[in-house]
Amino acid sequence: MVETDQAGVPWTAPRPRVPAGPQVPGGPPSRATRLRAGLRPYRVVLASRARSQTAYRVNFALDLVSSVLTAFAELAEIWVLYRAVTGIGGLQFHQILLVFGLADLTFSLADLMFGHCDNLPTYLRAGTLDVFYLRPQPLLAQLVTSDITLRRLARASVGLAALIAGLAVNDIAVSAASVGLLAVALVSGVATFAALFVTAAGLQFFIVDGREMTNAFVYGGRYAATQPASVWPHSLVVVFGYVFPMAFTGFLPTLVLLDLPSPTWLPGWLGWCAPLAALWSWALALLCWRWGVRHYRGGGG
Amino acid sequence: MSPTEPSTSGPIIETAGLTRTFTVRDGVRRRRLTAVDDLTVTIEAGEAVGYIGANGAGKSTTIKMLTGILVPTRGTVTTCGLRPVRDRRRLARQVGVVFGQRSQLWWDLPVRESFRILAAIHDLPGDVERARTGELVDRLEMAEFLAIPVRQLSLGQRMRAEIAAALLHAPRLIILDEPTIGLDVLSKQRLREFLVAERATHGTTLLLTTHDMGDVERLCDRVLVVDRGRLAYDGDLPGLGRTTGAERVLVVDLVAPSPDLTAIPAARHLDSEAHGLRQRLAFDPDLTTAAKVFAAVTERVDVRDFTIAEPDIEDVVRRLYARQASG
Amino acid sequence: MRATIRVYWRLLRAGFRRQSAYRLAALGGLVANTTFGLLKMAVLLATVRAAGGELAGYDTAMMSTYIWLSQGLLGSMNLDGRVDIAERIKDGRVAVDFLRPVDVQAAEIATEVGRALFSLLPRGVPAVAMGLAVGMALPESAAAYPLGAFSLLIGIVLSIATAYLVGICGFWLVETRGVQICYMVLSGFLAGLFVPVRIFPPWLAAIATATPFPAMMMYPVDILAGRANTTEALGLVAVQCAWLAGVVAAGQALTRAGRRHLEIQGG
Repeated sequence: MVETDQAGVPWTAPRPRVPAGPQVPGGPPSRATRLRAGLRPYRVVLASRARSQTAYRVNFALDLVSSVLTAFAELAEIWVLYRAVTGIGGLQFHQILLVFGLADLTFSLADLMFGHCDNLPTYLRAGTLDVFYLRPQPLLAQLVTSDITLRRLARASVGLAALIAGLAVNDIAVSAASVGLLAVALVSGVATFAALFVTAAGLQFFIVDGREMTNAFVYGGRYAATQPASVWPHSLVVVFGYVFPMAFTGFLPTLVLLDLPSPTWLPGWLGWCAPLAALWSWALALLCWRWGVRHYRGGGG
Repeated sequence: MSPTEPSTSGPIIETAGLTRTFTVRDGVRRRRLTAVDDLTVTIEAGEAVGYIGANGAGKSTTIKMLTGILVPTRGTVTTCGLRPVRDRRRLARQVGVVFGQRSQLWWDLPVRESFRILAAIHDLPGDVERARTGELVDRLEMAEFLAIPVRQLSLGQRMRAEIAAALLHAPRLIILDEPTIGLDVLSKQRLREFLVAERATHGTTLLLTTHDMGDVERLCDRVLVVDRGRLAYDGDLPGLGRTTGAERVLVVDLVAPSPDLTAIPAARHLDSEAHGLRQRLAFDPDLTTAAKVFAAVTERVDVRDFTIAEPDIEDVVRRLYARQASG
Repeated sequence: MRATIRVYWRLLRAGFRRQSAYRLAALGGLVANTTFGLLKMAVLLATVRAAGGELAGYDTAMMSTYIWLSQGLLGSMNLDGRVDIAERIKDGRVAVDFLRPVDVQAAEIATEVGRALFSLLPRGVPAVAMGLAVGMALPESAAAYPLGAFSLLIGIVLSIATAYLVGICGFWLVETRGVQICYMVLSGFLAGLFVPVRIFPPWLAAIATATPFPAMMMYPVDILAGRANTTEALGLVAVQCAWLAGVVAAGQALTRAGRRHLEIQGG
């Protein structure tokens, strides 16, 4: 049954080689073409994941609602505390709203794109990671683009609303400096949180059952990022001010934007250094990832 | 990036002294376990090789080293002229792997969608993608379930889809880990026919691990047997039979209870059940044929039904091990 | 009767043993608990200080007790609404549960309580030790300890029995994840996981006390922190018991209805 009827298939050459790159007629491919071709696998996977998530409308709607609820409960917790007193850590509610908006928006966006890195232990157990090894893309890029969690958009919208409200109720002079600072803070914040997810993934190669351990700094980090860092004791300043630089995602930029007094160990000018914090986070993340992969390839299967 | 193209001539797999040890934690103690021990083997392009051995003999570890998932502890390995760990991404374009237990399909997506993604992953141009997908869908008879999500497929359908997924980018080397496990006879047969055809058309090199002697017999012209990480046999299948004295077993169900069928030429009576209603005779296929043994039996008794049991691979391997242990 | 007790005792022990297999996970939980505890402490104590040393009846020492006891209880409380039975209803294994000569609800709760009580060792003890190290308030009256321990047990069972209700929805809903996630968000907030319910504005506190959530965690903590005197403590325990009775009765009724539904629908 199988051996017959091969003549009709345009695939009868002795060894048809699949070209290693896209074949563009008439000259070598341009840089843009190469880039587009290089991104194609990721684009196709992500588009397909996005489609499959929105396919079950009821489920997706429920996910969106629960996502909004989660973010809302987190904001409510802050509001309840600030409502009980006049100010905490030198900030008032309308000021912490800005911290929350920045931190929660950037966390949600990072979570949208990188959150599933958390599932690495599941991937390890199911052997999905071995399958990644058999594909011609870098491992980390495959992991990151293997899924996208669209429901986080709902959460990000709460963060965005808080940020807009925070910008509106505070008296911020619109200037190149303030707009620039805001843009830098947003981009760096997303990068910093994304690095946090990758760091956790790298460490999970070692502690497959220790997800809670990495949750401590991923979700602990998110919680820390929405706090007024001025209330932290030194130990927390070290951990969430510098090692996992959470204060750089919301608190420090807010100090600069609102021209607020800064605590001793976190001087206000650091608000401009969010990109440095992001770079440091990524250095740490890539180190942990490399270390984890090396352990995996060398240490067991 | 190095401009050197992976070599298309020369052996497709070449290992020298390939060794892999693991540290296992046994309670509090740690001990070293050698999964692959000093494996030296060369496989030429176009060969079909069965890689067999008991569970835990080091088959999966070898495959992982061949494909760059694991780093060897000692020794060297070259696959398709590339160093698997260093050149993993280039190697991935030339190798297709089907791991029995791990799926490369997206379980919640229709089969067709999985193929589309894989085509993008391997960067197949549109026309090549269409031609290749069409060919595989035809030959593996997948048209009926292309639109069904992978999680709803039967085992046989899923395995066909997995094999198509591994072959989509027309790899030079295909590695199959237990491709027919759990399949019914018909599905096994179709799959084997497909693999034979695929080799005939594209000259693909085939390396497969299996517990099924039928797979080896119909697909492989060479057999590697590993025992506790070491290569115990390298040669063709009849040779393995000769080395181990693999016998076949004729099982006959008789019309009436009969005394033991001893003294059949070139056959040996193994046992009888139900007062001689069912009897088992072993014979060496090199010395006689099933037909001759069967003829000799029918001369003496009335046979209602019969089967010929394939030599079980575990049995062959066990005998090989036993032979080696005794000298 | 003795045989029945033995069955549940065994289930309880099985849950206990299963949990002890995950030592590394327990260590991870400890790190997470401590991290969150320190962050909560920083912001909640700053709030108490900002209020002039006392807020809604909590001074700094009592707030410490609140934080570390609730952190320690986190591993034993089912605040996420995830229960095994939900999976078993989904894939139909629950039919086998109904064939066993034990009550499905009681068996599920006993197993989970076993797991929860074990968690008190790796999760509860270190958190309390942390609390003692940073200075937490202890009740003055001796009666508060047995009363607090009893209240704590009721709180744990109540959280598990309530989560069971979420799982049992699966008899009628194809997908219980939505209910479960909403439960998770609401329960944490209304139980006072991050902010004690007593600090809530009155209308929000009224909503919270109309649910069983404060009775799971906040009441036992109030007794053990000495925030409630003996009379108040007895009142809190009575409220807890009432909630537990109500939730268990609802669970029984729903389990029976679910079983009938299963028999009619054939799963």
